[in-house]
Amino acid sequence: MPTEQHSAKSVLPEGLPAPQSTRDGLDQGFWDAARRHELVVQRCNDCATFQFGPEWICHNCRSTNLGWHRVSGRGRVYSWERVWHPVHPALRDACPYMVVLVELPDAGNVRMVGNLTGDARDELTIGTPVEVVFEDHQPGFTLVQWRRA
Amino acid sequence: MNTIKDKVAICGIGETTYYKRGTAPVPEFRLACEAITKAADDAGIPVTDIDGFASYSNERNDASRVATALGLPHFSFSNMFWGGGGGGGSGAVANAAAAVAAGYAKYVVVYRALAQGQFGRFGQAAPAKTISGDFAYTLPYGLMSPAQMFAMRVRRFMHEHHVEQEAFAAVALASYHHAQFNPRAVMYGRPLTREAYYESRWIVEPFHLYDCCLENDGAAACIVTSAERARDLKPKPAYLMAAAQGSDYRQNAPAHNAPDYATSNFKTLAPRLFEMAEIGPQDVDVVQAYENFTGGVVMSLVEHGFCDADAVMDFCVYENFAWPNGKLPLNTSGGNLAECYMHGLELVLEAVRQVRGASTCQVKDAAISMVVSGPMVTPVSSLILRG
Ligand SMILES: [Zn+2]
Repeated sequence: MPTEQHSAKSVLPEGLPAPQSTRDGLDQGFWDAARRHELVVQRCNDCATFQFGPEWICHNCRSTNLGWHRVSGRGRVYSWERVWHPVHPALRDACPYMVVLVELPDAGNVRMVGNLTGDARDELTIGTPVEVVFEDHQPGFTLVQWRRA
Repeated sequence: MNTIKDKVAICGIGETTYYKRGTAPVPEFRLACEAITKAADDAGIPVTDIDGFASYSNERNDASRVATALGLPHFSFSNMFWGGGGGGGSGAVANAAAAVAAGYAKYVVVYRALAQGQFGRFGQAAPAKTISGDFAYTLPYGLMSPAQMFAMRVRRFMHEHHVEQEAFAAVALASYHHAQFNPRAVMYGRPLTREAYYESRWIVEPFHLYDCCLENDGAAACIVTSAERARDLKPKPAYLMAAAQGSDYRQNAPAHNAPDYATSNFKTLAPRLFEMAEIGPQDVDVVQAYENFTGGVVMSLVEHGFCDADAVMDFCVYENFAWPNGKLPLNTSGGNLAECYMHGLELVLEAVRQVRGASTCQVKDAAISMVVSGPMVTPVSSLILRG
């Protein structure tokens, strides 16, 4: 299991919107776990199906008995994009940056979006193994990022 | 099978001048009214005969305001297609057609008006300190614009089917080629070369600048009525052979978790569409396919059966898409890339022109004309017209 990481520097500059749980609390468990440097994925307590993002009902068996399951944080790049044109003022000097879509084999192949640490100009191929990096921000939120494993 | 096939027709089309973004000299609402009155003029009916409204993508210009402003004696149908982007372009026509076939209304106008400079821009993230819901999984990572949302899908599609940039170049080059014949087009007189395409800056890989739709001001409208009424009007009717809307399995799964990801979301729709029309893709003479981004066009052509996913590099070439000699002339007005980003309603108007024989890139003997609306969003829609 990847060690808990405090990245010295965030991948993207400060100033982007900070993630907050929805008012109904649907994904509170995910963001709280990230704050503790744990990666969790919603899983059905009745049929063990993973789903992400979370929902109030299991798409497989329609159970509403759902919980959070801690996963390894190891995955592989399912797709990627290198962004050259900033659409947010905070990103004006941050391009290019790399956004990856990471598939998690030990969580039913659910996918998560994050940034890839390191030089955004480095070549990246689909299938590259990656592992989670927890990136702490002030005030009080943690982003789920990825580095080459 | 009891369907709407051949029961309704598009009897009138209208559009305003198309402007570069932020340059419309009049407010968006006035553009909407102008497009609607022009569509009525084209059909040869008094605007007061319009008794129904259909639109999509949360059209700002409310049907009741339009009906009031135009002094309509009454209206008996109003409808908004769910979802964003251009996914409802054909779906709004389908809803109008259903209303006509069911007898709810006689002349339903489908309309769309955009003057983005007067409101917010689609490509720009709204400045916010916090974000929750589905966007909380993407915005904090700098994945926020439509181009950034769809580049991820297109990259995966390229990977799965060995698709290269040249397939996207073919779409952009054909659209610009066609716009050079179309005085309505914003890019009329501004041709695009293959060199300029490849040298243009990346917006987000794999999209160059010319892979992305324009942003424009303008309005477009078309009027749907019964086949019987359309036959008595002056324009040649564009009969609706089929229209379909919908979405595949869990396409809205948050944070890019649609199980079938490398898709434009037409896999279950396309068979229904062709079954209703009682034709196959080989019978279609000309296609207008919504280009939010070129990659989505290629994916949607595959899913409508025009070519196999693994044969994209053979089929999706400029020579096949370009009028007059192409096997499948594509986006013959210039479309969202080069005519006007009218949220794809300009594609419906062009499909009508093709079966009327009135396009500026008129496909010879075009009998069957198709529109694909909104690849990669959910829901999406398509329609097929015949002359
Ligand atoms: Zn379940």
